[in-house]
Amino acid sequence: MSSVATETAVTIRVDDQEVAVPEGATILDACNAAGVDTPTICYGPTLTPVNVCRVCVVELDGSRALVPSCSRPAEEGMVVHTDSERVRHSRKMVLEFLATGVDLTQADELGQWAEHYGADPDRYVPGGETMNEPVRVQDNLYIRDYDKCVLCYRCVEACGDDAQHTYAISVAGRGFGARISTEFDVALPESACVYCGNCVAVCPTNALQFKTEFDLREADDWRPEDQTVTQTVCSYCGVGCNLELHVQDNQIVKCTSPDDHDVTQGNLCIKGRFGWNYV
Amino acid sequence: MFGAGGGTSSYQEIEETDVILLWGSNAREAHPIFFHHLLKGVDNGARMYCVDPRYTSSARFADVWAGIDVGTDIALANGIGREIIHAGLANQEFIAHATQGYDAYAASVEPFTPDAVAAVCGIPAEAVVEMAHAYATAESAQILWTLGITEHHNAVDNVLSLCNLALLTGHVGRWGSGLVPLRGQNNVQGGGDMGAIPNKFPGFAGVDDPDHRARFEAVYGRPLNPVPGWHLTLMFEAMERGDLRALYVIGENPADSEADVVHARAQLEGLDILVVQDILMTRTAEMADVVLPASVAWAESNGTVTSSERRVQRVRPAVSPPGQARHDIDILCDMAEAMGAELGPRDPQEAWDELRSLSAMHGGMAWDRLEAAGGLQWPCPDEDHPGSAFLHGWLWADDLEGHDPAPFSVLEHEGPTEELSGEFPLRLTTGRALDSYNTGVQSGKYDSPLRFAGLDMNPLDAAALGIADGDRVRVSSPRGSVEMNARLVSSLPSGLAFTTLHNPELIDVNVLTNPDWDPKSGTAEFKAAAVRVELVEAPETAGASVG
Amino acid sequence: MADLHFGDDQPTDAERAAVDAVVPENNAATVAETERLVRGGRSRRQGLRHILLPVLHSLQHEIGWISPGGLNCAAERLGVPPAEAYGVATFYELLRTTDPGHRDDVVHVCVDPACSLAGGGELRASLDAGGAKVHASPCLGQCERAPAQFVQGVGRPDQVPADNEEDFRLPQAGDPRLRVLRRTGVVDPISLDSYREHGGYQALARAIEMGPDGVIAAISEAGLSGRGGAAFPTGIKWRAVADEPGPDKHVVANCDESEPGTFKDRIVCEHDPFSIVESMTIAGLATGAVHGWIYIRGEYPRATARLESAIAQARAAGLLGDGVSGRGQHFDIELRRGAGAYICGEETALFNSIEGFRGEPRNKPPFPTTHGLFSQPTAINNPETLINVLDIVLDGPDAYRSVGTERSPGTRLFCLSGRVAVPGLYEVPFGTTLGELLDLAGGPVGSLAAVLLGGAAGVFVGPDALDMPLTLEDAREAGATLGSGVVTVFDESVDMESVVVRIAEFFRDESCGQCVPCRVGTQRQHEVLVELQGSGQSLSPQRAELIDDMALAMVDASICGLGHTAASAVRSALALGLIGNSQ
Repeated sequence: MSSVATETAVTIRVDDQEVAVPEGATILDACNAAGVDTPTICYGPTLTPVNVCRVCVVELDGSRALVPSCSRPAEEGMVVHTDSERVRHSRKMVLEFLATGVDLTQADELGQWAEHYGADPDRYVPGGETMNEPVRVQDNLYIRDYDKCVLCYRCVEACGDDAQHTYAISVAGRGFGARISTEFDVALPESACVYCGNCVAVCPTNALQFKTEFDLREADDWRPEDQTVTQTVCSYCGVGCNLELHVQDNQIVKCTSPDDHDVTQGNLCIKGRFGWNYV
Repeated sequence: MFGAGGGTSSYQEIEETDVILLWGSNAREAHPIFFHHLLKGVDNGARMYCVDPRYTSSARFADVWAGIDVGTDIALANGIGREIIHAGLANQEFIAHATQGYDAYAASVEPFTPDAVAAVCGIPAEAVVEMAHAYATAESAQILWTLGITEHHNAVDNVLSLCNLALLTGHVGRWGSGLVPLRGQNNVQGGGDMGAIPNKFPGFAGVDDPDHRARFEAVYGRPLNPVPGWHLTLMFEAMERGDLRALYVIGENPADSEADVVHARAQLEGLDILVVQDILMTRTAEMADVVLPASVAWAESNGTVTSSERRVQRVRPAVSPPGQARHDIDILCDMAEAMGAELGPRDPQEAWDELRSLSAMHGGMAWDRLEAAGGLQWPCPDEDHPGSAFLHGWLWADDLEGHDPAPFSVLEHEGPTEELSGEFPLRLTTGRALDSYNTGVQSGKYDSPLRFAGLDMNPLDAAALGIADGDRVRVSSPRGSVEMNARLVSSLPSGLAFTTLHNPELIDVNVLTNPDWDPKSGTAEFKAAAVRVELVEAPETAGASVG
Repeated sequence: MADLHFGDDQPTDAERAAVDAVVPENNAATVAETERLVRGGRSRRQGLRHILLPVLHSLQHEIGWISPGGLNCAAERLGVPPAEAYGVATFYELLRTTDPGHRDDVVHVCVDPACSLAGGGELRASLDAGGAKVHASPCLGQCERAPAQFVQGVGRPDQVPADNEEDFRLPQAGDPRLRVLRRTGVVDPISLDSYREHGGYQALARAIEMGPDGVIAAISEAGLSGRGGAAFPTGIKWRAVADEPGPDKHVVANCDESEPGTFKDRIVCEHDPFSIVESMTIAGLATGAVHGWIYIRGEYPRATARLESAIAQARAAGLLGDGVSGRGQHFDIELRRGAGAYICGEETALFNSIEGFRGEPRNKPPFPTTHGLFSQPTAINNPETLINVLDIVLDGPDAYRSVGTERSPGTRLFCLSGRVAVPGLYEVPFGTTLGELLDLAGGPVGSLAAVLLGGAAGVFVGPDALDMPLTLEDAREAGATLGSGVVTVFDESVDMESVVVRIAEFFRDESCGQCVPCRVGTQRQHEVLVELQGSGQSLSPQRAELIDDMALAMVDASICGLGHTAASAVRSALALGLIGNSQ
């Protein structure tokens, strides 16, 4: 392995701490290094930051507006505030905004943050617009429930530039009407989708769900607390992709891949992702 | 190649290489996650050339796709080599320093002018020239291949023809450049490394080498057979001769996967005893006298596997085996005990430590190091060694680190053994599809929306035979006939037909394939049969397409 | 680079022809040279992506919509994944992705304030009654001759009916004090000779003598600032681009004005197009950029035609292309039409639009001067800014500074519309008061209630602001903005609630949808105002707090200026008591 030596480091101030991070690191990296927890939605460790959700914003001295910590590179001498009134306000509003139009019942982490920042989605005009999309069950591998979609673009990135280069989906439409969509919303089997499930793996709200999970949830039998996760290696070719087998009642119920393994970086193909049910 | 058998390069290197030559590989479908790394390389600016008889889903990402005739790889490789030499692009310094046999090689490729290659391979002459120049002038370049190179009667020669190009240009033994055979199974590399080949002990120690044998005998505590064994193809010949009467098959399905499978099944049926140890009831298992149910190695057992980049990684049990299924190691040890032998440790970690004591390239791979995420790449001789990203760095060392210079090979173009004829005018080649694996024993069990079982044909060929998309057709080779549905694929060159090997219960494709095999590797010429296609009936009443 | 997969939908012959007209088959992303040799790959596809929007325009124009078969044809030709092409097509107002069921022209009628005040609603109703296919449109940039309509042709050219009847309103035409508008209405806009007779191309000759550093120094000393709304110093911008290495740099003229109430780009592009070509050429010389781009609103057919004509004439005369004027470096200009998206006036959204992606703004930094069009260094300027360069180069910074104020030197264009006697485009020195400007236009009609400065993204000011000098510094101090120079006048008879609801609706419709604060904030803001509208109630403290909370989040956390300004007019209307009081 070639290890890139990080000779240069930049030091920034995060709240009341000085943090040194390697050059090229983001403010979010610095927050993590400082042990400051930061809410994120559109950020993914294996994805290019698109900085669209704006929940990770921080106050940067000298900057008029807040800045997204996930994508802003740390620069020497930056002074960052992660818990100022303005930061708390914008984070609360982002979480509140999402909760007014999206079903976040399976986005546990977001729910915790919403509580943390005191988001109150009930104070809006009753009967406001919502995502209002039917669940799309078009095959036996995964489902799309866009009522739960926060438009974080992670699935689009995983399907496209950042991993799979299939580009079966894109953001279509504009404004509040924007949706993740295939061309003309054709069903997945008619689209370019190759069922790698890498979109499902990066979805933060369960809008994309493996069919196995969806069915168990429908049967009220999805029990994450009873599940074990075992890391092993896929048998379907010689590449050596690491799998995380999620097992409930001695049955595999879904398959993911570790983000931090440099062979897969969280990605798999259709065989590795779905081909386990003969076990 | 020139030393231990393994891909020379790490996946990470292809992200940083300048020219990618993908040859006889549809990695987009057969090795999708490796292809992610390849695409990063392309996104970083690498130029990509694809040599394949089919315009595959991998070829769609290439700057240039050259659709050669099946089995003409050596002609093309020799032609590229000749062009590199004639253009003055051969790396003479490297050749003088690290290789031998150059003059004979150079003389041997002389007849392979671009025009001559064009005539043999069916591609434009300028494609030969362009690939030669791109490959030779790149800072770094990789050649990658899979079964399109190796499932031929002259598989090893095909591989050597590509190795010649690397030696000619110095594209091996350094970061970013290399020769990369992509492995088809998760432990085909590891199996060979562990000695599951007829002529080697673990760590590629030859069984006929007394010094090596002595080391292994000392640890195993018994004398070892010095005579190399048979590989699968030789076993079938031995069955035919009556020399082989009992067969113990572990995790292989030759009753579906052998070329000319009708013949292979007859041999299996003629055995005195057939024992099959497998996780599922394969067709071979159905023929067996005894079936030993085994656990699923990657999801129910502890152990290691080794990937295409020589990376040894841990597999771990996630679920417990069903019913009476047992771990392979337990079955084997019990079997040995019943026959009065002690095979050594059953505990995977203890077995691994024994292996480390015998195989120097695994010496540094302590179990707890493997436990840490990521695995280790051999050679890794001691516990302070980080593992090796690429092989053959010695080629660039002043003294070649004591190695003999790497040899060029003089190779003749032969073409497929089965020539096209009036009776069998179409070339049938076989391969894999994205959603399926080998004979479909495992991958056939999940509900893939992508699944297709049938014959891909060029629309003009089909029209000439009165065949429309979806029609039922009968495909016949000198060995037999199989029915399937036709799919018209305009990007498939005329004269070529294609089907996968994944659905033998629907399409018994190996009834058709050519069993002629490579004496150096034992691999049959799956990739090139001569066939005839005829219309059976209209699509309304046609049989199933799966999924 | 993609698994290109196309469904079964095939293009019709007409659709194929519409694609062929822009990208012939032999220039496709993948070309089969023989049955056994296909050329394709990443660089070919990348090189074609920026033609996506022109191809979609062509399909829309010839067919009347972008069908699945047409989209497949375009996507395959360019090597663009169909889902991405669909994402782009659905981004733009002027592109349809559903079958209209007819091939009639579509008449877009403006519903924004100036046109509503001038009978836009009645016009829509009467067109509708006459059987026309009417589409309610945001501002069409013809506010001085409201109500505005734009006819989107199917199979025949787009048209603006007013272009035939009435030329344009430039009340000051011929006034010797005019600078930016000096030639407008005087020069023949389709004649390079006429442009030269009126001093055209003297500035380029002078700029070649001065050299890049001389030009940038003069612009810096003149204190020229951007006229698009952000008022960034032009000299600093050009210097930054000039300092970047390599020739692959860009000059972009941002003629995508879509701010409700703005029509100045339309008038200068239609009536003085050569001045934009010449000043862009000077910008290329100064910054070392060899690529010039004009991005113009899709609703401006005449301005488009005249700019295209000016580019062609300049090229033919050796004023564009290799060795500009025989001495300068290579510089040439490509024109791109927008397709109905306010957000594409935002500079980074404009880059994405040219590049063939959805017109979504990019996060800044990095800034366009280093990572602009095609991620290369880019100087992007408003046409008014560019035209100012000509005088600065010819007459020098001192002459330029002889009018205006110390911190806001020179003149400024203002687009007057609404309840004012003579709507039109006006040029006055910075420092002129709002009252003086209104007087120049014959004064307000009726009893002045409020003036919207800066358009939908601006703020309302009341009659007490008439004494405010129109400078960047005075506007800032008053919590207002000059923005792109919009001055929309409202009298007491105007239903301000509906004006403000419409402004909120405009932002809801025009938000690109990318970032949460703007996508949801503009929606919820509109819902609050609709609830208020006609309720007869005062705004409750809870609703007032909600509006403020949403506004702060949009200002603080949105990606771009659209979100940053989406609440400013609303909040100023509340602050002035124009809405929200039950009495």
